[in-house]
Amino acid sequence: MKKFINNVDDFLKESLNGFGKAHSDIIKVNFEPNFISRKTKTKEGKVSLISGGGSGHEPMHGGFVGYGMLDAACPGFVFSAPTPDQMQAAAENVDSGAGVLFIVKNYSGDIMNFQMGAEMYSGKNDSIITNDDVAVEDSTFTTGRRGVAATVLVEKIVGSLAESGGSLEECKKLGEKVNKNSGTMGVAFTSCTVPAAGKPTFDIGNDEMEFGVGIHGEPGRKREKIQPSKTIVNNMLEAILDDLKPQKNEKTLLFINGMGGTPLTELYLVYDDACDILKSKGIEITRSLVGNYCTSLEMQGASITLLKCDEEILKNWDAPVHTAAMRWGM
Amino acid sequence: MSVNFLISQAKNIQIVIDENAAEIEALDQNIGDGDHIFNVQRGLKLVVELENDIKNLPVQKGLNMIAMKVLSGIGGSSGALFGTFFMSMAKTPNLDGNIDFNKACEMVITGINAMKERGKADVGEKTMMDVLIPVSKKLNELKSGNTDINEGLSEIIKIAEDRMLATKDMLATKGRASFLGERAKGHIDPGARSSQLIIDTICKSLINK
Repeated sequence: MKKFINNVDDFLKESLNGFGKAHSDIIKVNFEPNFISRKTKTKEGKVSLISGGGSGHEPMHGGFVGYGMLDAACPGFVFSAPTPDQMQAAAENVDSGAGVLFIVKNYSGDIMNFQMGAEMYSGKNDSIITNDDVAVEDSTFTTGRRGVAATVLVEKIVGSLAESGGSLEECKKLGEKVNKNSGTMGVAFTSCTVPAAGKPTFDIGNDEMEFGVGIHGEPGRKREKIQPSKTIVNNMLEAILDDLKPQKNEKTLLFINGMGGTPLTELYLVYDDACDILKSKGIEITRSLVGNYCTSLEMQGASITLLKCDEEILKNWDAPVHTAAMRWGM
Repeated sequence: MSVNFLISQAKNIQIVIDENAAEIEALDQNIGDGDHIFNVQRGLKLVVELENDIKNLPVQKGLNMIAMKVLSGIGGSSGALFGTFFMSMAKTPNLDGNIDFNKACEMVITGINAMKERGKADVGEKTMMDVLIPVSKKLNELKSGNTDINEGLSEIIKIAEDRMLATKDMLATKGRASFLGERAKGHIDPGARSSQLIIDTICKSLINK
């Protein structure tokens, strides 16, 4: 394992320390229990948004704490759900009286720990669960789909509504709409290495890719030989379009997300391929996002998320945001 | 049962889990994301480290402190589930007096029921509950029946092992392995394996005692 590490046990603490120092103008890192909050207190009457999950997906979620997005984020150990006392402490710290909306990715550890945190918190709260991954079908044999990159879009869009005075109910409703309107498909070329494990999570041949990979390196639909980008992107988009079934000329946001080890040059190439393919299918791309937002440590690979946009979604997407990882309009 | 008993069990379990860590990690990497073994190891370490703080406490208080430590120190599904287990054990009525075998059975049954509730998982879904629920049922029989305790413990060892092995051919419907459908078949569930090892260690330590 080649990583910047002093001591495996201090990995998370030292990384959070650095994050706090680097972005001290926007956020504050609180320890024991660990949570990241905005530097300035949530204004009275504004719904507080709290997300969290295992670490290793940076900038998600700590990088999205700040004006126009989250009020707090609870980082667990690498790829392990955070603990209920973190959510409770974060909620107590940021709730300004308008209630707390927990944004949770659909993984059993996250669901259970957030549920317990919500039970332990005495203030008004509600939760939304993201499950945008189309790789694995929702069926009687699964607890449902995984929550992956569209969580970033949910946090941005709902964050804007909360900032402009949306109620807890309205925020939850919009979050559920964004989740329902998005679909994500991921592909990995290499594995990632969890620091505590010290070796790659899975073996994969030099000429192979995992189609439908999850954000922890967990297997997806199938293992296959690597192909030209156009073919890979086409297969990914087909899986998404099968699921989302957008209307002809429907407005969409196209989000190309890097898994951590793929350079931006390649992500833009993927964007180019995706644009051509969507155009040929009569789907309009009105907004874009390209970069590493929901990563899996150093994994090489990318996911594509397509979000069907209505006026409410577009308005809240365009609204100002100022976080460590996303900033525009201010 | 006393807090010292709980600590000494945690120490025994720690040795067995460490011996089998590589196997459990490999199982999890086949069908999950590989964090289960680290969570279990971290949890055991935290409980063992609590020794000096809790060794003189009554069982209920000791269990509550173990529960909070596990809940706040582990994370993942294991943290929530095992935290729930200890927290619920501590809620078993009448823990003030001497805790005999029947009372201890009742505590474990209460704990496993709460885990079932929290994880919303039942038998046949390729999780640790495939081992724990049948064990809990057997404990309930032992508690109310006339079976010899040593015989009963041997039966539990057997049940845990059989149910653990049975997860191999199951489709996962809960936890991270559930996202894999057919691809999770052919692998023993790592949570079922670690639970079986824990039960095996406790039962063996009690036989003929």
